[in-house]
Amino acid sequence: MLASLGLILLCQLIGEGIAHGLGLPLPGPVLGLLLLLIVLLARDRFSLLAFGPLRNDGVETASKGLLVHLSLLFVPASVGVVQKLDLLASHGIAIILVLALSVMVTLLATVLTFRLVSRLLRQQDAR
Amino acid sequence: MKDNPFSLWVYLSQSPLLWLTVTLLVYAGTDAVSLATRRHPFANPVLHAMWIIGAFLLLTGTSYTTYFAGAQFVHFLLGPATVALAVPLYENRKRVVASIVPMLVALVAGSVTAVVSVVLLAEFAGLPREVVLSLAPKSVTAGVAMGIAESLHADPSLAAVAVILTGIMGAIIVTPLMNCTGITDYRARGFAAGLAAHGIGTARAFQVDEIAGVFSGIAMSLNALVTSFLVPLAATLLVR
Repeated sequence: MLASLGLILLCQLIGEGIAHGLGLPLPGPVLGLLLLLIVLLARDRFSLLAFGPLRNDGVETASKGLLVHLSLLFVPASVGVVQKLDLLASHGIAIILVLALSVMVTLLATVLTFRLVSRLLRQQDAR
Repeated sequence: MKDNPFSLWVYLSQSPLLWLTVTLLVYAGTDAVSLATRRHPFANPVLHAMWIIGAFLLLTGTSYTTYFAGAQFVHFLLGPATVALAVPLYENRKRVVASIVPMLVALVAGSVTAVVSVVLLAEFAGLPREVVLSLAPKSVTAGVAMGIAESLHADPSLAAVAVILTGIMGAIIVTPLMNCTGITDYRARGFAAGLAAHGIGTARAFQVDEIAGVFSGIAMSLNALVTSFLVPLAATLLVR
């Protein structure tokens, strides 16, 4: 368990290092995600790597444990809204309407594009 | 025993322990309600924990800085949890690889729509320029959005608020909206949730369906990259 958490933190640390070192516009944890994915894929290929957290679902179990309460992790940042109450009092309704409309349009544009393209691909395969 | 209850409160209210405990207990409560309503969209645990804790801070006159000194231990786990998304992605890699083309096209369509729609709507609503720029990166995770806002000389803390509000509204609206369209493909539904509503949308997607969660996590990660390039471009082209 500890070694698995250590591996997750190490991936994030290397990710942060690369992102900051090279000035990439990508967040460190996203690079860490890629790194952990590569490590897991490499483990399947080379049995030499299957030790410690990479054995017996170690890092898999730890990761799922972290993801069970993913919503909780957004609570501290969300309470930050209290710092912007003055702005929300003056422009709040407009801001909320703009964000709500935009998120709906974005959801629809994304889901419809995804479905359209996968349907086109399937038709092409059928031919 | 201390000399009076007030000095005890002063002592405890400045300690990280109190605010960490409040965060965990309030969330445990809102999450229990969410479970009891079988994850009803309006019982979103983040939304209700946000206003309950926020009201508590206002009533007790506690600053956000004091609160965050305790809550930061929870906040810190956001990074490791993002890395942990690699595991469901790894376990479902075959389905992900098979959907690579629709994903990439939907990524471009979605991130352009996210940025352009919010900028145009905000301009139409007559919001001040600084506010428009701070709202523009609202569909990506808070850390990235704040970085983008900073580079445009907008307000990073307003960008963070826009991100949170977008995430919560997206998480609430995604299930009813998708049910209206009649789309039952959880790859597409999850991808849209993560693209439009980042981590909060991803947390919601995992509540609904594991495949939706996996695709949501991918969309969130990819959108962070695309949006960092798009927002500065949109700021030059679209913002007066």
